[in-house]
Amino acid sequence: MSTAAVNVNRSLFKGLNLRQKTLLILGLTSFLLLAIVVSSLFIDNESLPTDFGSKNLSPSLEHPFGTDWMGRDMLTRTLKGLGLSIVIGALASLISAVLTVILGLLSSAGKAADSFVAWLVDLTLSIPHLLLIILISIGLGGGAQGVIIGVASTHWTSLTRIVRAEIKQLKTQDYIHISRNLGKSKWWIATKHILPHLIPQILLGTILMFPHAILHEASVTFLGFGLSPHEPAIGIILSESMRYLSAGYWWLAFFPGLSLLIVVLTFDLIGENLGKLMDPKNAHE
Amino acid sequence: MSNKKKIAGFIGKKILRLISLLLVVSFVSFMLVQYSPIDPVRAYLGEMAVSAEHKEKLEEYWGVNTPPQEKFLNWAGSLLKGDFGVSLIYRMPVIDVIKERFKASLALMASSWLISGILGFILGVVAGMNKGTLLDRVIKTYCYVLAATPTFWLALVLLMIFSVYLGWFPIGLSVPIGVMAENVTFFDRLEHLILPALTLSVLGVAQIAMFTREKLIEVMSSDYVLFAKARGEKGLDLVLRHGIRNVALPAITLQFLSFSELFGGTVLVEQVFSYQGIGLATVSAGLKSDVPLLLGIVLISTVFVFVGNMIADIIYQFIDPRIKQQESTT
Repeated sequence: MSTAAVNVNRSLFKGLNLRQKTLLILGLTSFLLLAIVVSSLFIDNESLPTDFGSKNLSPSLEHPFGTDWMGRDMLTRTLKGLGLSIVIGALASLISAVLTVILGLLSSAGKAADSFVAWLVDLTLSIPHLLLIILISIGLGGGAQGVIIGVASTHWTSLTRIVRAEIKQLKTQDYIHISRNLGKSKWWIATKHILPHLIPQILLGTILMFPHAILHEASVTFLGFGLSPHEPAIGIILSESMRYLSAGYWWLAFFPGLSLLIVVLTFDLIGENLGKLMDPKNAHE
Repeated sequence: MSNKKKIAGFIGKKILRLISLLLVVSFVSFMLVQYSPIDPVRAYLGEMAVSAEHKEKLEEYWGVNTPPQEKFLNWAGSLLKGDFGVSLIYRMPVIDVIKERFKASLALMASSWLISGILGFILGVVAGMNKGTLLDRVIKTYCYVLAATPTFWLALVLLMIFSVYLGWFPIGLSVPIGVMAENVTFFDRLEHLILPALTLSVLGVAQIAMFTREKLIEVMSSDYVLFAKARGEKGLDLVLRHGIRNVALPAITLQFLSFSELFGGTVLVEQVFSYQGIGLATVSAGLKSDVPLLLGIVLISTVFVFVGNMIADIIYQFIDPRIKQQESTT
C-alpha cells in the first residue's frame, strides 16, 4: 500500500484490525465512486450554462476547477465526464469478464479448444493494444459503441491466462477425476466443479481490469476515435484543452486529468483490498 | 551440434509463426476496415469537387464495387511483392511514409526504452534492498501513481510546465518550422525529442521497477544468499554479487516484452507534442480514413512487437546460463 494511505491508516483507524480496516477502505472508496456516478447522472445541460461573461476564469472558490472557453464550470464538466468514464469502464470490464468465463470454460473442454484459446490470446496480444482498440473502433464506425466494444474485446487476455492456468491445476484434483469416472459430462464438471473456484478470481480480475479499461477509453477518445466531441468525456475535455495550452489556461487540462488519475487509483485500491480480503494467506498479516 | 540444431529449429519455428501471424492479422484488420463505414473515395477526394464521371472512375480504381474477398487477395498479392499501396493523405507510397516516420519514432522509443529500463531497474534494486523502509515506500507509491497516470495527461502537464511556463523547450513538432530538412541540426532534433522521451521514460519506469523489486526480494531470501551471508558477505557487495546477477536477465526480458505498450505510449505522446513520427501518422491515417497507410502501420507494428517478444525468447532460451546448464545435464 502507498505511504500516504499507510499514514492515514495509522491515525484514522486506530483500534481496528486489518479486516475491519480493509472493509472500511472498501466502503469509503466504493462510496466515492458511486457518488461520482450518481451525481453525474443529475448533471444535464441546464447545470452547465454557457456564460460568456465568465469564460476562461482561473480556479477560484466559486469555480474550483476554473471555467472553459464557453464559461462552463469545469468541476461540473469533469464530474460528468468521470461518471461517463466509470460507466463505460464498467460496461467494458463486464463484457470482458463474460468473454473470459466463456473462453475459460471453452479451454476446459479439451486440448484442441484449449490451444485455440491460447492462440486467440497470442493473436490479440500481437498488435499493439492501443492500435487494436483504434482499429476495432474504426471498424465499428466509432462512437460510444465503437470504444466500448474495442476496449471490452481486448482486455480479457490477462485474466483468461490466469483462468486457464487455474483450470489446468484444478483438473488434476481428485474429485474431478472421480466425477469423470462416475460418468458426469464435461459440461457438468465445468459448471459444478470448476466455475465455483473461478468466481473469486474473475471478480477480482474484473475490478483490476477497470483502471486499464478507463485509461484506454480516455486515451482513444483523446486521440479522436472514441466518443464524439459533444459527449462530456474526460478524453474530449483534455483534447479540447490542448488548444488553450499556449494561452496558459493550465487548469483546463490539469484538474480533469488529476481527477481521472484519482479515480483510477481508487479502483486499484479497491482491487488490492478486495484481494486481501479474499486471500486467506494475507488475512493474518 | 545439438546447439546448432536447436538454433535452426528455433529460427524455423519463429519464421513460420511470424508468417501465420501476419496472415491472420492482415486478414482480420482488412476485414475490420472493409466493413467499417469508411469511404475510400471520399477520403481520397477530401473537400475537392469532382464530376460524377470522375468519381465513377475513382470508385473503380479503389474497387468500391468489387467483393471484399477479391479485394483482400489483390491487396495481399501486392503486399507479397513488397507493395503496400499509396497513402491517401501523404500521396506517396505507404512504405516510404512508414520508413520515414518510423525512423523519427525510433529515436523517441529507443531513448525512452533505455532510460526507463535503466532507471526502473536501479529504483527496483534500491527499493528491494531497503524493503520496508521509508525509501521503499516512496518508490512503491511513485510506481503505483505512475501506473495509474494517463500518458497523454502527463505529457500535457510536462508540456505546460516546461514549454509554456518555463519556455525551455519548443511546443511541438519534431523539427523547427520553416527550416529546410538538410539544415535541421542534431541539436534541433534533440531539443524536440527531450520532452516526449522524458514523458515516456517517466511512465515506463513503474512496471520494471516493481518487477525488479519483487524479484530481488525473492532472490535475497533464497538459500544461497543466506549462505553468502553466513560467509560474511553483506551490504551492496552481496546484492551486486548474488542479487543483481539473478535479477538482471528477467528484467531485461520483461523490458523487451513491453514493445506493445511502448508503441501505444508513443502514439499518445506524439499526438500531444505533435512529434512527426509513426504515432501521429497512425492517428491521421485513422481519422482521415487512409486505409492503405493504416493497414501498413498495423502490419509493421505487429512485426515490431513480434521482434520484441522474440528477443525475450532468445534471452530466455539461449543466454540464461541456468537453462543452458539444465539442458546440457539432461
